[in-house]
Amino acid sequence: MIAELGLAALWLAAALAGLQLAAGALSLRTEAGDDSDLGSVVRPAAVVQGILCVFAFTMLLWLFARTDLSVKLVAENSHSMKPMLFKVAAAWGNHEGSMLLWVTVMSIAGALIALIERRLPERTMRATLAAQAFVGLGFYAFLLFSSNPFERLNPPALEGLGLNPLLQDIGLAFHPPTLYFGYVGLSVAFSFAVGALLTREVTPAFARAMRPWVLGAWIFLTVGITAGSYWAYYELGWGGWWFWDPVENASLMPWLAATALLHSASVLAARDALRAWTIMLGVIAFSMSMIGTFLVRSGILTSVHAFAVDPERGTFILALLAIYIGGALLVFALRAGSVSEGQRFALVSREGALVVNNVMLSAILGVVLLGTLYPLLTEAMGVRVSVGPPYFDPVSAIFALPMLVVMAVGPLLRWRSDRLGRVRWQLAVIGTVALAAAVAVLLLAGAGLLPSLGLVFGAALLVASVLPLKGRSLRLLPLATWGMVVAHFGIAVALLGMASESAFNQEKLAAVNVGETTQVGPWKITLERVDPIAGPNWTALEGVMSARYDGGAPIVVTPQARTFWAPPQETTESALVTRWNGQLYAVIGKEAGQGRWQLRLWWKPFVPLIWLGGLLVALGGALALVGRVATDLRRRSAQRRIAERKADAAT
Amino acid sequence: MKQWRYFLPLAVFLAFVGVAAWQLTQPQDNDVHSTMIGKPVPPFSLPPATKDRPGLSLADLKDGKPKLLNFWASWCVPCAAEAAQLAKLKAMGVTIDSIAIRDKPDQVAAFLAQYGNPYTRIGSDDLSKVQLSIGSSGVPETFVIDGNGVIRYQLIGDVRPETIPLLLEKLEEAGA
Repeated sequence: MIAELGLAALWLAAALAGLQLAAGALSLRTEAGDDSDLGSVVRPAAVVQGILCVFAFTMLLWLFARTDLSVKLVAENSHSMKPMLFKVAAAWGNHEGSMLLWVTVMSIAGALIALIERRLPERTMRATLAAQAFVGLGFYAFLLFSSNPFERLNPPALEGLGLNPLLQDIGLAFHPPTLYFGYVGLSVAFSFAVGALLTREVTPAFARAMRPWVLGAWIFLTVGITAGSYWAYYELGWGGWWFWDPVENASLMPWLAATALLHSASVLAARDALRAWTIMLGVIAFSMSMIGTFLVRSGILTSVHAFAVDPERGTFILALLAIYIGGALLVFALRAGSVSEGQRFALVSREGALVVNNVMLSAILGVVLLGTLYPLLTEAMGVRVSVGPPYFDPVSAIFALPMLVVMAVGPLLRWRSDRLGRVRWQLAVIGTVALAAAVAVLLLAGAGLLPSLGLVFGAALLVASVLPLKGRSLRLLPLATWGMVVAHFGIAVALLGMASESAFNQEKLAAVNVGETTQVGPWKITLERVDPIAGPNWTALEGVMSARYDGGAPIVVTPQARTFWAPPQETTESALVTRWNGQLYAVIGKEAGQGRWQLRLWWKPFVPLIWLGGLLVALGGALALVGRVATDLRRRSAQRRIAERKADAAT
Repeated sequence: MKQWRYFLPLAVFLAFVGVAAWQLTQPQDNDVHSTMIGKPVPPFSLPPATKDRPGLSLADLKDGKPKLLNFWASWCVPCAAEAAQLAKLKAMGVTIDSIAIRDKPDQVAAFLAQYGNPYTRIGSDDLSKVQLSIGSSGVPETFVIDGNGVIRYQLIGDVRPETIPLLLEKLEEAGA
């Protein structure tokens, strides 16, 4: 019964989305505000749709929690022996479940907009919710016709096939939903953009209404990318943290677009400029989420993350893509000309810097998109190639370096028009730091060009990002400004981590007897013994090593080579020792004969800064979000008080 | 009339959809094939990767006899797995030249000491430059080269007992 209840709720929710779309679209032809018209059902439909989706998703969670093997999805993706946490996580750790999660989060967002959004004109509001229902309908169709998560299995399975053991990891259980929240947030921004285009109401109020959704999506994407990178780093056992894999790019591209959108929405909100550009980015950001999903799910590109690959589903997603993105771009092409560009500004100004930042971010996005799609294009011409770091690293750096300069200087500038001379001492400070860092890098030597540039620019940005605090009362500074400072500081921290890792990384591959000692960087590592151990659904060989940093006290390090049996698969569990100045990374491999064991050891100076920086960026976003929402609430209650006073005065 | 530029994103997007749709209808083929098959190996010259075997250059490949060219590395686990098969081929009288990818002399020596040395020559390709120029993307890979230095066949992955007849057949076709 549980599965049928879930399916019924899903059908009802889809029907309501249809109603929401029809009512919203039809009401565009009339003036809003009349409660008797069709448009007045739009908000309630969105709210009830959200409730039904939450209900359906809860049913799925319940089925997974009790491992109901008469449901196909549960039998294929779960197992009665699994720890409860992973049973529940298995609900979204698969194609159908993750699509249901997507639609659920999207409908919750719709319900929230319907309940709380009061800044936009009612017509724009309804157009936005209609656009959202339009996007939602495609996903409902996908679920109900092609990927039904509640499909029964007759007769029921005796035991589940288990979750991919590589995915049986706390980090990965929460990594995909984090990215999904990001994607869905961008779908809301997309709906806002389409809604505003349809009613030609591209105003600062629109930007302010859209901004929290973009910020929220951006925070989730930032956390998701950071966590995904760290997961790949410690779970895959190859010691790298970014590979420009299509799946990684699928999350990076929407992040780049969302970062640009965030900054251009700020210009629109504060200065009523960059209207068409902001709309365009709203469309692009969500397009990147969908194109990313398509590339990952359709198996059209070969990736190290080969999962849930299915050409039929690929065709379905491609059709959705063509309808939504194509449709939105068509509306954009037809309407953008009638949305005038808004206020003018000088090049040397806060807006000018933000425009340069936007152009550079878009260029990097183009570089990544081209690199990701290039194999697809050449294959259409009969040639197979793969594009990797030798292309992405230098080409994206060409645009990233000038962007870092603008990031350092831009926040110091005033809106509308400014002179560089006014901020000359700040520029002098930044220049001095860059120079000092350059000298230090040259003295240390040995680093390649890109890592060296990364260290110099990172150091300069680190200092530049806190300069906007100078001369201002820290207590009175708006939270949003704190957010910007923290986020920019985080970018500098992450950049320093990346540059340091690639400049000073040391690697050692050794075949070692028990009792033997080997060295990597400042570490001396002794293999004490190798033990067989057993977990809940795996067995492993665990190397017990003692590691001494520079002759200090020994630390026990225990990397494992795990074997899962349902389904059979081998994974590596690397062992990490984190110090303030870097990380020791140890992997145990196969027995190398004559009682020797293959060990892979790395010393990675300051590598944790990469992820620390990522989290700081997300924290900055969170501060800005809290600040914006608080400001909005204050403004709203102030307006209400004024209205009440007026009403009092009138009586 | 500058309106046309607003249609540019749509045009680019439609082109992408077209290519993707075409791609989806193509049969899946997950092997990566070198575009170099049937072409001569580009000129190269590599220093020896270890003391007891000479290095490798194009001239060595063009000595009139077909041979196998094996790409490997001491850090590569499947390379250790295929060592027994290479030894078997060597025992059958097949000449195997090789290129060690991104490797170090002492590690090469240790690997050969442990798994045996079926190679006549071993060149050291520190930057994978020769590897990429010949159309190989990973280790292990084995090419069949004819006596004139023309690439006749590419085997991706480790040599297994069941692939030995195939390699022998390709060598035969190349004029052995």
